[in-house]
Amino acid sequence: MSPLTAFTNGIYKENPIFRLVLGLCPTIAVSLAVSNGIGMGLAATFVLVGSNLIISLLRKLIPSEIRIPCFIVVIATFVTIVDLTMEAYLPQLHQVLGVFVPLIVVNCIILARAEAFASKNGPGASIMDGLGMGLGFTLALCAISIIREPLGTGILFAAPDLGFEGIRLFPAEYAASVVTQPVGGFITFGLLLGLVNLITMKKNDKHGC
Amino acid sequence: MRQLLVILFSQALVNNFMLSRILGTCPFIGVSQQVETATGMSLAVVFVMTVASAITWLVQNFILNPLNMAYLQTVSFILVIAALVQLIEMVIRKSSPSLYRALGIYLPLITTNCAVLGVAIINYQANYTLLESAVSGAAGGLGWALAIILFAAIRERQRLAPVPRAMQGFPIALVTTGLLAMAFLGFSGFDVARFVGL
Repeated sequence: MSPLTAFTNGIYKENPIFRLVLGLCPTIAVSLAVSNGIGMGLAATFVLVGSNLIISLLRKLIPSEIRIPCFIVVIATFVTIVDLTMEAYLPQLHQVLGVFVPLIVVNCIILARAEAFASKNGPGASIMDGLGMGLGFTLALCAISIIREPLGTGILFAAPDLGFEGIRLFPAEYAASVVTQPVGGFITFGLLLGLVNLITMKKNDKHGC
Repeated sequence: MRQLLVILFSQALVNNFMLSRILGTCPFIGVSQQVETATGMSLAVVFVMTVASAITWLVQNFILNPLNMAYLQTVSFILVIAALVQLIEMVIRKSSPSLYRALGIYLPLITTNCAVLGVAIINYQANYTLLESAVSGAAGGLGWALAIILFAAIRERQRLAPVPRAMQGFPIALVTTGLLAMAFLGFSGFDVARFVGL
């Protein structure tokens, strides 16, 4: 697989959220605001690229019987780097994402890419795969949070760490706070997933396959 | 004693791991096709969450804190959980073949269930004692079990319903989870401490 296909693969054809449906917990829990989605997405992208690179370099040294624990240690190391860096430089984002930052370690996307791609491909392609998957994850988080943030709070693109209060679309008393609850997350994501399925099905029908 | 009751109610119902904290979604959607398999998975989760809560507390307080290595928390917790799941699998296989047949295939999946690592970190952040951590783990597991068994029962009925083609599978499962979460929203704001008379 060429590096370019490895990169674009993760963004649409095998988008981790909308096509593979992996890593659901952070998707629903974090997609309350676009800034959270971007923060979480970039953190996961960093971990994906780092762990894919290291695992791809070590793929001939790791015995296949104990590969899963080895992968987890590599992933956990990168998660610790992200966790401590975020706590130091983006404290408010770290506070909002909370337990979901250390939980990147059990995000199925990362272990799945290590197992399915990085342990079988060279470092260059693995980096591109990590970048593509990470960006696909980030874009999916943004797509969900761009619906939930304004519906739930009336504000769009609020980013407390950057001192940006966001754009107020309508007064707070008209906002449906239930959208920012888990309820809104599950339903918004479910409907969006249905929409993506519908578009894919229409496209496949047209091509006759 | 009352403190333990507060932890039990708040971890199992008010802050339900699945429907309020959103932890453990992948197995929740993946293993909820039938009530029977959902029950097997929940037994395994309750068991692992209880034991993992106690063991990670010991690791945190007797290894990481004295050595000033709190930054190794994520790495050490996930390794402890992975090793623990393997160990439990081996012990159950030797000691109780019937339990192994019931839980066997679910146990390896639990390592990547974020509710297990989640409860370990939540216990640490809440500064629980050893007993409180274990109760919190068990309560969290029971709450997750309640959610997945209810959900599996709904899905068994849903198989007979005419769902639009685009919504079949994951989308309708997520919307259903949303409605279930709405029911559990009724517990939010429930003052557990006053309820048990603390």
